[in-house]
Amino acid sequence: MSLGNIRQGKLRLQKWYLATSDKERKKMVRELMQVVLARKPKMCSFLEWRDLKVVYKRYASLYFCCAIEGQDNELITLELIHRYVELLDKYFGSVCELDIIFNFEKAYFILDEFLMGGDVQDTSKKSVLKAIEQADLLQEEDESPRSVLEEMGLA
Amino acid sequence: MALKMVKGSIDRMFDKNLQDLVRGIRNHKEDEAKYISQCIDEIKQELKQDNIAVKANAVCKLTYLQMLGYDISWAAFNIIEVMSASKFTFKRIGYLAASQSFHEGTDVIMLTTNQIRKDLSSPSQYDTGVALTGLSCFVTPDLARDLANDIMTLMSHTKPYIRKKAVLIMYKVFLKYPESLRPAFPRLKEKLEDPDPGVQSAAVNVICELARRNPKNYLSLAPLFFKLMTSSTNNWVLIKIIKLFGALTPLEPRLGKKLIEPLTNLIHSTSAMSLLYECVNTVIAVLISLSSGMPNHSASIQLCVQKLRILIEDSDQNLKYLGLLAMSKILKTHPKSVQSHKDLILQCLDDKDESIRLRALDLLYGMVSKKNLMEIVKKLMTHVDKAEGTTYRDELLTKIIDICSQSNYQYITNFEWYISILVELTRLEGTRHGHLIAAQMLDVAIRVKAIRKFAVSQMSALLDSAHLLASSTQRNGICEVLYAAAWICGEFSEHLQEPHHTLEAMLRPKVTTLPGHIQAVYVQNVVKLYANILQQKEQAGEAEGAQAVTQLMVDRLPQFVQSADLEVQERASCILQLVKHIQKLQAKDVPVAEEVSTLFAGELNPVAPKAQKKVPVPEGLDLDAWINEPLSDSESEDERPRAVFHEEEQRRPKHRPSEADEEELARRREARKQEQANNPFYIKSSPSPQKRYQDAPGVEHIPVVQIDLSVPLKVPGLPMSDQYVKLEEERRHRQKLEKDKRRKKRKEKEKKGKRRHSSLPTESDEDIAPAQQVDIVTEEMPENALPSDEDDKDPNDPYRALDIDLDKPLADSEKLPIQKHRNAETSKSPEKDVPVVEKKSKKPKKKEKKHKEKERDKEKKKQKEKKAEDLD
Repeated sequence: MSLGNIRQGKLRLQKWYLATSDKERKKMVRELMQVVLARKPKMCSFLEWRDLKVVYKRYASLYFCCAIEGQDNELITLELIHRYVELLDKYFGSVCELDIIFNFEKAYFILDEFLMGGDVQDTSKKSVLKAIEQADLLQEEDESPRSVLEEMGLA
Repeated sequence: MALKMVKGSIDRMFDKNLQDLVRGIRNHKEDEAKYISQCIDEIKQELKQDNIAVKANAVCKLTYLQMLGYDISWAAFNIIEVMSASKFTFKRIGYLAASQSFHEGTDVIMLTTNQIRKDLSSPSQYDTGVALTGLSCFVTPDLARDLANDIMTLMSHTKPYIRKKAVLIMYKVFLKYPESLRPAFPRLKEKLEDPDPGVQSAAVNVICELARRNPKNYLSLAPLFFKLMTSSTNNWVLIKIIKLFGALTPLEPRLGKKLIEPLTNLIHSTSAMSLLYECVNTVIAVLISLSSGMPNHSASIQLCVQKLRILIEDSDQNLKYLGLLAMSKILKTHPKSVQSHKDLILQCLDDKDESIRLRALDLLYGMVSKKNLMEIVKKLMTHVDKAEGTTYRDELLTKIIDICSQSNYQYITNFEWYISILVELTRLEGTRHGHLIAAQMLDVAIRVKAIRKFAVSQMSALLDSAHLLASSTQRNGICEVLYAAAWICGEFSEHLQEPHHTLEAMLRPKVTTLPGHIQAVYVQNVVKLYANILQQKEQAGEAEGAQAVTQLMVDRLPQFVQSADLEVQERASCILQLVKHIQKLQAKDVPVAEEVSTLFAGELNPVAPKAQKKVPVPEGLDLDAWINEPLSDSESEDERPRAVFHEEEQRRPKHRPSEADEEELARRREARKQEQANNPFYIKSSPSPQKRYQDAPGVEHIPVVQIDLSVPLKVPGLPMSDQYVKLEEERRHRQKLEKDKRRKKRKEKEKKGKRRHSSLPTESDEDIAPAQQVDIVTEEMPENALPSDEDDKDPNDPYRALDIDLDKPLADSEKLPIQKHRNAETSKSPEKDVPVVEKKSKKPKKKEKKHKEKERDKEKKKQKEKKAEDLD
């Protein structure tokens, strides 16, 4: 399963949960972009692609895509995408594409707290956000002494 | 000034963080590649710094570039450096970079083992968490083996945050290191009843994934899951469990019976569409697996179909799509319950969304019967006319052909109708599927003998209007049908009404604009027609007419001789010479028709696709045996490859004296005959079993179509398939009346057997006898064909290794390796079960730590060496 944000042929985020070579990844992303961008607005969110099912949804200027296996449930995957968008929204406060572009590592951290190895880690939005906030707190504790040191070094 | 500029640029170099990079890329839209290569150079400089903050920043930027598609594999070692930073901020970035860019081929990945182990046992749960998350992306078999025990320990961590991650990652570990499954499974099972719902759901996730691949090993867990299913309210968990039951029921039918009730309850009660959809899908799967044993579940099927109908009628395109998808699963086993919703599915053909239309088409494929085929195809034909965009129209075209030709044309009662449908399809502009239509025309004309006369008349009309088909280049795809038309008219020329007319149509100058392979067929079949006409003329005693045809051939063939296509040219010049020869004979009043016709005597029959493969090897034939014994021992196999050219030179002189020496030759021949007589593998000149098979008159075995046309169908010109629909209705009506009469006469005269080739139609719901008694010529198979080969299982299936019996008690040899280095020989004393292992392993840990430190020192040295290299 992989997840990415695609807009006008630009990838904003991608995550692979199956080992795939770089070359194959690029090829798949390119192909997937073509397929998804060619869809018209009123079409349903599912399509069959290679031996996978692709579930995608458009939020503003971003397409969120998920490739799942034949037996997986499309509707819950759609729910999963929506859940992730909600998480981003809560974290950034009405998220927009620029937030994801400039803080792409944060977007990854949130995704990693939500999904792991392609499985849902926690279905509760609250606990995901709590984990992220606490980890961020830890980071800030780290950061404050560092900047002081750096200033000293520069001075 | 210069100094200032240098200083400024150095400052910027240090300062450029991720945001700057992103902004920079956005500002350099024209020369993005150049800008990025400049950035990569800067990053390389930054990576050489000792300051870990600078390094982490560089790695962060690299991760961004990796997403844009740039290769960052060269920085793998730097990523590991950042991963091993003590500060969480950097560690987080390092692990993120690793999880995005590492894969099994990354060679430095083995250096991470100890770092990851250290992070896993870190007092900070977020260090552990970030290590687990990263590991889930790049775990290799080696890492899985070395860290399996550490992760297993974490499954019992005090913090649920760690427990759930540890449980989830175990799935990846199992995949990479299947030996860990049995020792870890008891604890995994425990987690199904973990007090924390997150951990519980993680355990359900992992076990469900495992069980989906190898369900039989997990049957014993069914009661536990059943309890969970009836108690849980978490839809995500419920969906997983229900999916798991779907995988288990085929193995345990009793489970299926138990499941139906709670599932139908859920279907009635739930408001979550995803759960409803999952339940419906599982009920369908359960009923399919039960269908043989339990017939009385029509209520459940009805419920499913009803719910699906609601989904399909919904305005949400997604639900519509999934409803149709699930419907097609029911269709396979319960076609009748779906067929009653034909109206709805035909409606979906009008949907705006192409993917929904395609799903509906798939469903139609399974819904046709003898009764409704014509109606459905008629509807599809109107869609073909309306369809915008060639892709969807081509899809419709293939579906029409699929629907009609499925299971050996089972549902076609009137082949004249089908041929006219095919002819109508040729009028589509710009379709890519000309060859498909052509193949159908050929197949039907060859295999349904009764239709040949009709087919030939249609095909000759097609040939006559060939200019319409071949005129524009846009229609190139469709001109493939001329291939079929020409062949059918030639091969079955005896059915032609006006062969002379068709012959002229095929010899028009315009033909030379067709693709080469079609022209080649034209040329070949022109001769068949010619032979046929000759025979007719000679029998009628019209010598002049015969000569006129020959003259026509001699006049027109040269246009093909000039063709640039080799095949056309060769055939044409060959045939031209033949015709010229015939002309000479005709001038001398020699009857030639008989001989020319023998050129095309005999009948072609379709051969089954696997026929060649299934020819049994005749007894006594060893395909590996030498046909000619190798010359002598000196030239044995293993010597040969050494000097190919040298040997060739040697061999030549060897042969020459033997040619010269006649006596020697004769002697050798005698000796060889002797040897052959004694050699059981030598194929002797007496007829071998294989030869005998070839001689057998194969054609006689093929059932020949016996036709009696119950309806005289004379439709002049190109028919509209609609006419057939009407005619067919009338015919069926008449047939029904007759049947009713007959029934009154003798009540019991049915059931001759269920074969569809039998003369009486016996399908109870479809009392429709075909218009032609269609006896389809079956494809030829060799005698004593071997049974079909079994499908090979994919040996590369990664899940096969996890097909492990979990109920067997754990053997000592199966215990997970505990905190040991690959080269360290540590055979732990055998322990009884896993939790004990954990306790005892604490002691060695301390020792290990020292060891680890040594190892780390070694690593540091390596790093330094590497750095030195980099600097060079």
